[in-house]
Amino acid sequence: MKRITTILGISIVLVGSFFLIAADHIDAPAVQGTSSDITDFYAFQGESGNSIAFVVNTQGLLSPSATGNAAFDENTLIEINIDTSGDNVEDLVIQAIPRGDRMYFFGPISPSNSGLNSVIETSGIQSSVEITSYGQNAITATNNGMQFFAGPRDDPFFMDFAQYGEIIAGNATGFNDPGTDTFAGTNVLSIVVEVPKSQIGNTGTINVWAEAKGKQ
Amino acid sequence: MKTIQYIFGIALLGLFTMTSCSSDDNTIVIDTTPDFSGTFAQQDQMGRPAVNTVFVGSASKDAFNTTIPSQQNAAFQSMFQTNLTALSPAYANPGDQNALGLDAATFTGLLATDVLNVSLDGTTTFYDGTNVLTGRALADDVITVELLLIFGGEDFTENPNLSDDHVDANDKPFLSSFPYLASPW
Repeated sequence: MKRITTILGISIVLVGSFFLIAADHIDAPAVQGTSSDITDFYAFQGESGNSIAFVVNTQGLLSPSATGNAAFDENTLIEINIDTSGDNVEDLVIQAIPRGDRMYFFGPISPSNSGLNSVIETSGIQSSVEITSYGQNAITATNNGMQFFAGPRDDPFFMDFAQYGEIIAGNATGFNDPGTDTFAGTNVLSIVVEVPKSQIGNTGTINVWAEAKGKQ
Repeated sequence: MKTIQYIFGIALLGLFTMTSCSSDDNTIVIDTTPDFSGTFAQQDQMGRPAVNTVFVGSASKDAFNTTIPSQQNAAFQSMFQTNLTALSPAYANPGDQNALGLDAATFTGLLATDVLNVSLDGTTTFYDGTNVLTGRALADDVITVELLLIFGGEDFTENPNLSDDHVDANDKPFLSSFPYLASPW
């Protein structure tokens, strides 16, 4: 019986490592299962047409029963990087970090230094929103033309990741039709910021990416 | 008499509590400014979906996350090309391209710099049949787009078993207004 349990345990670990890595969910060993694991990043034109909405999702694959206890980490800075000049170096950042029951935002602001290490740019426009609790209606805030949200949401990512794992492992030759959404019924912790285009370059193409940075 | 003493005791206690409360209000200054000090070092990085997962070897995934985008191409493009060709061997054939007209070197050259290109002038989508890499909307079927570009060949017809996972939409409808994402399960 013990041997069966061990084998079952090992196969769950193996299947797990195939299953649960997609988009950017659990993409690398150092961030897997931590508050720094970015699962997805989106940037799209907002409802008004004059703004861009940025979505940074973290801590993926939360079951409904685990979502109430999931929390943002006061030692993890989430940073949206914006390159307006086409050199893939950030010209502007929007930073988000929780303190107590609020998520604080700074920027968009030209960072005091680009690259791997950041300080919180407290001279930038400061905004904040109460973090929405699990089961509560979405709490949003506005400041300086921007809108803010932080809290648990349905994971918007969809993919038959289990079958992809079977294909990569050599156990299947193709996808099923219909496929099965591996991420159905799971939640993430989301940060959503909507910013007027006039504050991030106004026209043309920008290059954007999200970073999670840990306090040293 | 005992009852009277008891009541008196409660009254005294109440008085004491009230006094100390008001005294607290007057003397304790609460610092409401949160501490934002310190240095924060990069741990995870993401531009386009699934890039680190698909194209970076397991030993290099942490290194990719801690390389700034402007240095990712020099450090990782050849690894991306090796892994792309291993996944989809047709890319090894001279002149082989995907439907964007990109061969293995140019396709992986684009992907190795892991940033999301976003248009400030109109439609924002990963790919909608017309617009290419102008953003990433919530409903974009980004995995099928990436599978088509990896496996689908010049006209999206090659390897039909591999070029669509047949999961085409989210499990909950999105909102038309901020914050756009559906409420949690």
